[in-house]
Amino acid sequence: MKYILKRVIFFLITAWAALTINFILPRLMPGNPAEVMIAKFQGRLNPQAISALEIAFGINTHESMFLQYWDYLGRMLTGNFGISVSFYPTTVGQVLSQAIPWTLGLAGISTVIAFIIGTLLGIRVSWRRNSASSTVTVPLAFFLNSMPYFWFALVVEYVFAFIFGWFPLGGAYSSASGLAGLSLVWSVLYHAILPAGTIVITAMGGWMLTMRNNMISVLSDDYITFAFAQGLPEREIELNYAARNAILPSFTGFAMAIGFVISGVLLTEIVFSYPGVGYLLYQAVLNIDYPLMQAIFLFITIAVLIANFIADMVYVFLDPRARSSGE
Amino acid sequence: MYFLILVPDQVVNDMNYVKIFFKNKKSTVGIIIFLIFVVLAIFSPFIAPYSPTSMAFTPLQGPSWKHLLGTTAVGQDIFSQVIWGTRLSLMVGLITGAIATIISVIMGLSSGYLGGLTDDILMTITNIFLVIPGLPLIIIISAFIVVKGIWTIIFVISITGWAWGARTLRSQVLTLKGRDYVNASVVVGESSSHIIFSDIFPNMLSLVVANFFGAAVYAVLSEAGLEFLGLGDSSAISWGTILYWAQNNQALLFGLWEWATVPGLMIALLGMSFALMNFAVDEITNPKLRKR
Repeated sequence: MKYILKRVIFFLITAWAALTINFILPRLMPGNPAEVMIAKFQGRLNPQAISALEIAFGINTHESMFLQYWDYLGRMLTGNFGISVSFYPTTVGQVLSQAIPWTLGLAGISTVIAFIIGTLLGIRVSWRRNSASSTVTVPLAFFLNSMPYFWFALVVEYVFAFIFGWFPLGGAYSSASGLAGLSLVWSVLYHAILPAGTIVITAMGGWMLTMRNNMISVLSDDYITFAFAQGLPEREIELNYAARNAILPSFTGFAMAIGFVISGVLLTEIVFSYPGVGYLLYQAVLNIDYPLMQAIFLFITIAVLIANFIADMVYVFLDPRARSSGE
Repeated sequence: MYFLILVPDQVVNDMNYVKIFFKNKKSTVGIIIFLIFVVLAIFSPFIAPYSPTSMAFTPLQGPSWKHLLGTTAVGQDIFSQVIWGTRLSLMVGLITGAIATIISVIMGLSSGYLGGLTDDILMTITNIFLVIPGLPLIIIISAFIVVKGIWTIIFVISITGWAWGARTLRSQVLTLKGRDYVNASVVVGESSSHIIFSDIFPNMLSLVVANFFGAAVYAVLSEAGLEFLGLGDSSAISWGTILYWAQNNQALLFGLWEWATVPGLMIALLGMSFALMNFAVDEITNPKLRKR
């Protein structure tokens, strides 16, 4: 219980930190950059929208910083993220809510697949450490893990979509009208294969290397030797004795890994013009749409926090030690 | 290296490590790739056939003997750009890796050694930085910074890339703290900073080195990502900006695939060399991971 409580408190503190970063950043920069943005959109927005933006970024205001901060927190907690200047007059909330399902689907499914395949490969590779497949897989994993995601996405897109023409060049579904039911589902899946495949392949290497190292550490423990001496089946030792303990650090390392995966998803979406949060962030950056950027940053952080929280809870389930003590 | 002279006992140990480091297959490959890049960076004016910024050639040409990787949309020689780009990417990797490592050493050592409330506060800060996803944070910070340039990038990546190192270093400090020689120093009445930097730090040097390589990989990849998004200095010659211009001019769709693939390959190779050295240090210092 104490462990769960600790996680909840940490969750809240981090969410607050992300909120505060959004508040402080524009105010920290010399010559408030939001002013430049507002000047740029001057003719296109109505005065009401402009004054709302000025309040959000602390321009032309006589309120104290503390009051501004208090108002800001209030607006964020009630889900009022303001209007998007590049999609004017749509609100940031509306723009974002259209992009979220795409990213959740793409990132969620491909992360889970990458974790499972990577971990299983890591177990196999460490179990047969000197086999031919290990000597090929391990350097390959290093290479996959060190390459720029967006670059790999570019190459994949070029080869499979442009040269061979097996898959669409971008987008999330066919633009042909009248798609409904099964054919729409098929179209969505068909468009997701390349981006998802890119993420799975690039993220897999990291999980594999982590699991391999954990496994090798565990395999030299006495209880494994003892299990062998007992004459237990190899399979049983590999999965129930070694892997079960070796997977624990993978869950604690989830925090850092999920950050990498998210970065990968964002860049992959941009390359494939996939209408998710990453592509939206890119458009926000191109159009200097600060309110949209801030909302996206906040959303991604919260999503990562939730994913972490789930990983922590799985950890409690897997490791009895976490249930009794604090850490 | 300074610390090695201070603690004679450690010299022997680390000399062994150095020997094993060069015998390890992973580190050998990593070092060779790294050294090739160092040579390319130092001698780029002599290796590159043309100036990377000269726009004197026919634009959008495919590869030929005159232009090994073809030319850009404004008639620059891509091969020369790739060679010159080594300098910036290598520099960002090394400097950012160093800055991030310094921050993690300071945070990790002080929170691990001092313990108590300081530890709680520093670790919470570290965990927050660890959990907040790096790339979105980097993007949003650089979007607000008006002055674009290589130092902005180095700054932004450094402050987002230190957290993991701080955490691993802290746990190492916790195991070292209870050792007899540290207790001896406490009894003698040495100051905290003396104990941290002369007794504890030299014994975790290998971990610090591993962290440096890890941070360098992160830096190289993040820099490329930022440049690719157009958030860097798009007039600088780096592998990321070459990719940015290749993508903006739809190099792949024009069939100029060398333009978009070679710089990415270079980034991957440099990243891999850092990652291999990182893993090798890990393998060497953790006897369990060594091949039997």
